Formats: sequence, C-alpha cells, structure tokens
Amino acid sequence: MLDSVATIARLEDILSRHDGMEGALLPILHAIQAEFGHVPQVALPVVAKAMNISRAEAHGVMSFYHDFREEPAGRHVIKLCRAEACQAVGADRVADHAKKVLNLDWHETANDGSVTLDPIFCLGLCACGPAALIDGKLVGRVDEAKLDSLLEGLK
Amino acid sequence: MKIYLPLDSAAVALGADEIAHAIEKHAHAKGVAVTLVRNGSRGMVWLEPLVEVETPEGRMAFGPMTLSDVPALFGDLSAHPKALGLTEDLPWLKAQTRLTFARVGVIDPLSLGAYKAQGGLTGLTRALTMEKAAIVAEVTASGLRGRGGAGFPTGIKWKTVSEAVADRKYIVCNADEGDSATFADRMLMEGDPFTLIEGMAIAGVACGATKGFVYIRSEYPVAVRVMQDAVAIAQASGVLGASVLGSGHAFDMEVRVGAGAYVCGEETSLLNSLEGKRGVVRAKPPLPALQGFMGKPTVVNNVISLASIPVIFEKGAEFYKGFGLGRSRGTIPLQIAGNVKHGGLYEIAFGLTLGEIVDTIAGGTASGRPVKAVQVGGPLGAYFPRALFDTPFGYEEFAGKDGLIGHAGLTVFDDSADMLAQARFAMEFCAIESCGKCTPCRIGAVRGVETVDRIAKGDTAAIPLLTDLCATMKAGSLCALGGFTPYPVLSALSHFPDDFNRMKEAAE
Repeated sequence: MLDSVATIARLEDILSRHDGMEGALLPILHAIQAEFGHVPQVALPVVAKAMNISRAEAHGVMSFYHDFREEPAGRHVIKLCRAEACQAVGADRVADHAKKVLNLDWHETANDGSVTLDPIFCLGLCACGPAALIDGKLVGRVDEAKLDSLLEGLK
Repeated sequence: MKIYLPLDSAAVALGADEIAHAIEKHAHAKGVAVTLVRNGSRGMVWLEPLVEVETPEGRMAFGPMTLSDVPALFGDLSAHPKALGLTEDLPWLKAQTRLTFARVGVIDPLSLGAYKAQGGLTGLTRALTMEKAAIVAEVTASGLRGRGGAGFPTGIKWKTVSEAVADRKYIVCNADEGDSATFADRMLMEGDPFTLIEGMAIAGVACGATKGFVYIRSEYPVAVRVMQDAVAIAQASGVLGASVLGSGHAFDMEVRVGAGAYVCGEETSLLNSLEGKRGVVRAKPPLPALQGFMGKPTVVNNVISLASIPVIFEKGAEFYKGFGLGRSRGTIPLQIAGNVKHGGLYEIAFGLTLGEIVDTIAGGTASGRPVKAVQVGGPLGAYFPRALFDTPFGYEEFAGKDGLIGHAGLTVFDDSADMLAQARFAMEFCAIESCGKCTPCRIGAVRGVETVDRIAKGDTAAIPLLTDLCATMKAGSLCALGGFTPYPVLSALSHFPDDFNRMKEAAE
C-alpha cells in the first residue's frame, strides 16, 4: 500500500511541473503512471482539485484511455500486436501460444505478479510482424519459438 | 570510417541496437576510428538492419545484418557476405520519387547542419518572404490533399484558418497513426523530424498561428524521443521561437503523447484529448478550422501532409503538382505490409495499379502462396481481391471501387486468410475502440460481431442483417470509425462470399 502522505507529496511535485500547461491532464496522468507504475485511486481527487474538474471527470478521462492502469502491472509486461498486418503473418497463432504458455488471457497478470499480457493495436512494425513490445523493447518477426526464447530471457 | 545504421523502430525491432553495439566493440578492438550515425530507415524493411558504409564511390549497403556479419565490415567490403552494392543503385530505391522522404535514411535525423545541407529550411526561408495569402495560394496550387486519409485539400483548410479572426490560432499535427499497415508518419518523424517542424512553421506563418502541437501515439516511443530532441534543437537554433529564422514571426511547438486510444486519430477526438478530455468525437460543425483546440481556429493536418509542405515551397507548387493522376497530385508514400516478400515504404507518384504494387514492388507474399486479398487504408479500408488489381492508386479511383486509400497502407494476405474472421475482427476492433458517443458505432459494432458469429455457425439468414447493419453504421455514425468499419466487412462479404457460406456447404 502506498503511503498516502508521501504519495500526495510526489503528486504535488508532478502537478507543479505541469503548472500553466494548456490541456495538461494527459501529460499529468502519464507522469503519474511513470512515477507509480499505475494511476493510484488516491491520485484522482488531488488531480481533479488542481485541474478544477470533478472527480468523476478525472476518472472518466483516466478510464477512457487503454494506457492508464488502475492496478500495477506485473514485473514484466508483454504486449503483442493484434492488428491486421501482424495477423497476415500469424499474430493470432503467436497470441494463442503466449496465452497458453503464460496461462493468461489478455489484460491479465500472473498471480505471482511476474508478468502481464496485453494486446496492442499496431506498433508501426507492419512490414516485419508479428510485432511485440516486451518491457518497452520493440521486437519484430515474433513466432512461437522466438517468443519462447524472449520469455526465457525474462526469467 | 563512417557507418550508418538506422535508429528506426523497425530496424531496432530487428536488432539494430545490438548491431550498433557490436560495431562499436569491434572498432574498438581493431583500433579503427568509427563514426556511427544512427539515421532513419531507407524503407526496405526486409533488408533491415541495413548498414551503410561511406566509401569514395558512395554509400555501400549491407543487409540484413546479423551479429556474425559485423567483423567482415572491417575487411574487404566487396567480399562481405551481405554486400548489396551502392545504396543509391538498389532498384527498389532507384525507381522511387522521393520528395517528402528525400532525406529520410540519408541524413542524421538530429543534425540541423545535415538537414540544411540537403535543402532543409529552403522552403521556410522562401515562405517567410511571402504574404500569408500567397503562402496559402501556393499550397492550394500544389493540389496537396490530406494524407491522413480524408483527402481534403490542405490549402482550403489553411485558408479558412488564415482568414479566421481570433486572438490565438493553433497548428496541430495528427501523428496518431493508429492504422495497421501504416508507418510513414513514424518513419518520417524518426528519420527526418526537421521536415515536419519546417512544415508546421510554414503553416503557422500562413495561418497566423503561434503555437503548434504534435500529438504522437504512445506506441511510438522512438518517434516521441526523436521529435522531442528535434524540437529542442530547433528552439535553440532559432528555427522555432519568438522570431522564426529572425523573421519576426513567432511560432513554437510542443510534443504531446497519446494514451492508446485509436479513435484519437479522428481530428475532433484528438483535439478533445489534447485539451485533457476523454477522446470523444465532436459533432461538426463547428469545423476545427474555426473552433478547434480550446475553441480557437486550428489547422489539424496529418504528419505527411505537413512534411510535404517544405518541398512544395522549395521546388514550387507546379513541380509538386506535376506528379500524380487525376485529382490525386504529387507523391504518396505507399506502406507495404503484412504477408509480403518486400515490405516497407515506397514513395511514388499516384497512379500505379494495385497489381503493380503488390506483384511487382512487393514481390508477392512472403509465404510464397497466392495473394488472396489486400486491405488498403488500414482497419477501416476495404479488402481488394485480385479481380480489382487494375485499380489505379488514387483517392477517386479507390472510392469508385467502394474502397479508400486512407493513409496509403496496404496489408497483403495469402490464401490462408479467412475473410469471415477478418470481417469479425473489423467489428470487434470497432467495438473495442468506439468512443461511445454515437449509437450506430457503439452498439452496431457489438451487434456486428454477434451477427458475424451467427453467419459463421451457418445461419446465412443473418447475411442480409449484416448488410443492413452496415448501412446504418455507414449513414448514421458521427465519424469514420463507425462510418467506415462497414468497408472491410462489406468488401469481405461481397468479394469473398465463399468464406461466408462454408458451414452451409459443409451441411449440404
């Protein structure tokens, strides 16, 4: 559990860095997620007050975007592209393999907190798919064997 | 020894960073002084990572490079196992007309000096000597149309903003390139960011706007980093700021990052997102050109539209207009993707047929199996069968075949593709990404998935229902997400009816 006093202090620091910025809410939410690994519930009223919007509005914005997490992700985050260009070269097969090997469905995190499996719609690697983003690292031409060795490398 | 190796995401995804590390290690071990330039990609993705070595004859290309190919770079280059000859002589590159992408892959993306040496800032310098109306007229005369997909004449949009009276105006660059098979925006931003900055500065001067935003999707971390660095360099060198190139015109810009919502590629949704709101589509009118960001007159243009502006001012509107076909003027960066032998970016004048692109340039499928379908224009674009391969690449030409060119991405599928599954995916994607504002999109897409599932189970009576649902979505949706999802669905249904009748056949 995050210590609320320390959390608020870190939030105030993020908010002050975005002071005077036009349309600052998305940059603020990104900064919070970068700081905490997710957007803690306790952050929303603080952000809402600073932005002069309601808590409902702040929650509405945060929950609209796929990127913002309410809960921390696993220690490793596997994002597999599900879009058409990757489908054309076997992305569905790779995704099924990943789900089986990890015993996870989309958006799920392993019970031990080791890994999260997320879908992603296009990394712009459409001429060298199937594409993946593994802990922020771009990987192209991911087949089942390559995925296995990438997962092995995370252990 | 000067070596070029792309920092482009596709090259990195295929191991460019590891190659870079190995080159530096070997150079150090051999005591060779190496200048390693991380450039943009030349667009030949099947050859990435593509290393180029500067020689007296020109830049020699080597690829696709693996770690074991690195030591031979320090020996007899002509005997290198991955030697491809001089880069400029590679047929794929030589046949192109590179106007917008002229510098991508050639220069160090973050060297303003290299940018200027290759004609950079010539267009902006010329525009600064012109009246606002003359700048807008030049863009209109070039015939440039929105490269994001809508194809709206860029000059007309600029004219509306330029003539609007307001205390503040904005230039917003739509870099939320979410369509599968498209990566031109990414490659441009990673490989030649100053071109986009120059194009935006010209737009700012033409429209009397003093502030610009580049809204880049979060899935493009490399593009975000390169653009941010380039903006800082442009600010420090007086290209951006209180007086653009000392002209007295103020124009500055900022890079903003999206948060994984496909619909934010729609311009009004993007503006809401930029304002810090949910990325919900706005009803039009009012047009963003009159009431855009923060309710002020705003130009919203795609990356490639804005990045094509500098060359139009450098070489003149007539030069640019001289390329193309019918009402599609200039060049288009084709993005060839999916199951293809030769995938990547190919800039050429409008007018090639789909067949020439798929069979000749892309070289057919990577799997070696026959091409079944080509989806043109991203997830909202139609699937084209081989029977329509004589369609010339142009806005009106594709519209005439119930398709669209969109952002000029092409996804090639071989004969193992199941078009019913592709139709289902189109509906599923729309359901996931719908902003929820209008009913035909929000609910129609969910019903669409269910209806396709019924057809998959052999209920052919659901086919007219699907057609009817698509008509409602097409006519009743607020934006292109719900309005264009019927394109892939209906094209799959009409061109590949067998895929929708399998269960019935099996039952008989």
